[in-house]
Amino acid sequence: MRRLFQFKGGVVLKEHKKDATALPVQPARLPPRLILPLKQHIGNPAEPVVAEGDKVLKGQLIARAGDAICAPLHASSSGTVIAITDQPVPHASGMSAPCIVIDTDGEERWRPREHHVDNFAELSAQELRGIIHDAGIVGLGGAGFPAAVKLDPGGRPVDTLILNGAECEPYITCDEMLLREHALEVLNGLLMMRHALHAKRCVIGIENNKPKAFRALCEAVRHSDADVEVVEVPTIYPAGSEKQLIQVLTGKEVPSGGLPLDIGIVCHNVGTAYAVYRAVELDQPLISRYVTIAGSVAHARNLEVLIGTPLGDLIEECGGNRDTLHRLIVGGPMMGTAMHSDVVPVVKGTNCVLVESTSHDVPLPSRDAYAMPCIRCGNCADACPANLLPQQMYWYARARDFDKIQDYNLFDCIECGCCDYVCPSQIPLVGYYRYAKSEIWNQEAEKRQADLARERHQFRDFRLEREKKERAERHKKKRSAVTQGGSDDKKAAIQAAMERVRAKKSEQDSTPKNTDNLTPAQQKAINDADQRREEKTATSPPDRPQ
Amino acid sequence: MLSALLALGVLGILFGLLLGYAAVRYKVEGDPLVEKIDAILPQTQCGQCGYPGCRPYATAIANDEADINRCPPGGETVIVSLADLLGRDPKPLDEECGEEKPKMVAYIHEEICIGCTLCIQACPVDSILGAAKQMHTIIESECTGCELCVAPCPVDCIDMVPVRQSLDTWKWPAPPPPPYEQAADGSSNPQPAGAH
Repeated sequence: MRRLFQFKGGVVLKEHKKDATALPVQPARLPPRLILPLKQHIGNPAEPVVAEGDKVLKGQLIARAGDAICAPLHASSSGTVIAITDQPVPHASGMSAPCIVIDTDGEERWRPREHHVDNFAELSAQELRGIIHDAGIVGLGGAGFPAAVKLDPGGRPVDTLILNGAECEPYITCDEMLLREHALEVLNGLLMMRHALHAKRCVIGIENNKPKAFRALCEAVRHSDADVEVVEVPTIYPAGSEKQLIQVLTGKEVPSGGLPLDIGIVCHNVGTAYAVYRAVELDQPLISRYVTIAGSVAHARNLEVLIGTPLGDLIEECGGNRDTLHRLIVGGPMMGTAMHSDVVPVVKGTNCVLVESTSHDVPLPSRDAYAMPCIRCGNCADACPANLLPQQMYWYARARDFDKIQDYNLFDCIECGCCDYVCPSQIPLVGYYRYAKSEIWNQEAEKRQADLARERHQFRDFRLEREKKERAERHKKKRSAVTQGGSDDKKAAIQAAMERVRAKKSEQDSTPKNTDNLTPAQQKAINDADQRREEKTATSPPDRPQ
Repeated sequence: MLSALLALGVLGILFGLLLGYAAVRYKVEGDPLVEKIDAILPQTQCGQCGYPGCRPYATAIANDEADINRCPPGGETVIVSLADLLGRDPKPLDEECGEEKPKMVAYIHEEICIGCTLCIQACPVDSILGAAKQMHTIIESECTGCELCVAPCPVDCIDMVPVRQSLDTWKWPAPPPPPYEQAADGSSNPQPAGAH
């Protein structure tokens, strides 16, 4: 028997799990239209590989993973792609995102089988991860991190693989029903994951309010003689949170800002294990999942729902009234998000659809309308399972002091809602933390943008400077070429001209040729002329031209 | 007496040399305060502060030549951060510089663009792509929304449009102010307690 530990805080909640577990799980009705968002996981959106008008088969790849942290997408049923456009997606913002819309043909025709795995133990971990990646499997607990990435420890040793079947939120029962009906398949999926991780130990954690699921699992373990421990953990919310479950089962705490892998632990959801089993053994990609429909519906139950089924179809199938919807929550009452419309589809991470109608009220904690001033009772700090100081963070979030709030480890907050639940003043504390977190992320994004802009501006300045210098250089070169080259030419020309003049002069200045053999009379005339010239030169001003 | 003076004198010279050496060895290039201020500024390079870019404004602030409330794109956040950094009191944004607006990006109506390159020369972060007599276009991810390209365009084909919202840029809104505060403020639409 394993020794169990405790996490600090937490709350005991009313479970509301009886209604939805009364009926066995059955496949949901095939919807006429499937809406498949390209991004149903953490990471970049998948890239469509089909076009409008294409006929697709059930399980056919319709969008491929562009990079490592991404999951491909498959057609949940056979039919025709009628559009690849923005559609409302299940997100707190109520915004639209790119989706592939398929009109189903009702034939449910499967694509041909692509692989047969007789014994997964013969596959390498890499091959196994490849199959899991290609099947588009993401964490089905809600976060939606691509499972193949989480199954790659990157060479780090994995001591314990924990399978999370705690399912601690009220109303949600999809994991419990899955374990009750497919314990053996889940166990096989777990062994496949263990093979991919080379984990030493395997532990399955279940809250002790699910005796049937626990018994089914124990039976499956005994039957298959696997070295897997099934452990019942006390029902204290949020025991199903990854960090808290790890603490309960191992006594180890995941370091702040770290991953469970840092302490040699990997944690997966039971639904993910089932999806892995179906992908490896049956060659079925992730195209459906168990979803709890609870709240103001006539027949609260679990259905096996095709990914992409609009929520409204499920509400109608369970006898709910779409016209009197007051609030529609995807997820549980503690951590779920309210939807803006009922046309949004079920995605891979959707575990529960909680319906609250105007006529038939469901006691869900209301978070903003009744808020009173904080009386500093400290209940929130006692209830916080992450050892934080919710009250301090609340003040800093209200004051928009986002540096200070990080000093109080805002990012260790798992948004479980315990502080909200216990607050006697009904302050929407988690709302403030979500607000602060997204403001901080936004500021970081802006900072990155600013750094990029600075870099580009500096480069532009540098470029302008360089261009100016280059232009100046060019000008200088041209100028110097003109003056230098020109002077040479000119000098040469002047020289040549002077030469010519000199030559001419020397020609002209040559001594008279007729001075030889002169007669005395001639000589006398010349002498007289010379004398006259000399006289004239002496009397005339020297500067006067002659 | 003499030995004490000598010892102190020698010590003084030694430490003086040490400090002198350290001052040379660990000399900080540039003004670190300018760097810090520049890191806070939003780098839109829009010039609304009256300086030709964020860095010149940062230099002016560091030299006490400019006030800290002259950056409209940064708005209150930047003013508060600068006030924190410099130990001054935050003040409201200087109105003569402009007003705080939601972040925009430029958009070129490509069918009107005549390819004059004037906007390309005006863009402080080289986020406009194009060449003479060729159509120009904005690289949206690089645009800081400084609006410097709008004025030079001779055919007025550049508009400033709000940044496209996506799921990645969406922010959780702040919870509404609690009812008791709205009542205390005497705000126009107080929510009665219990109404939902």
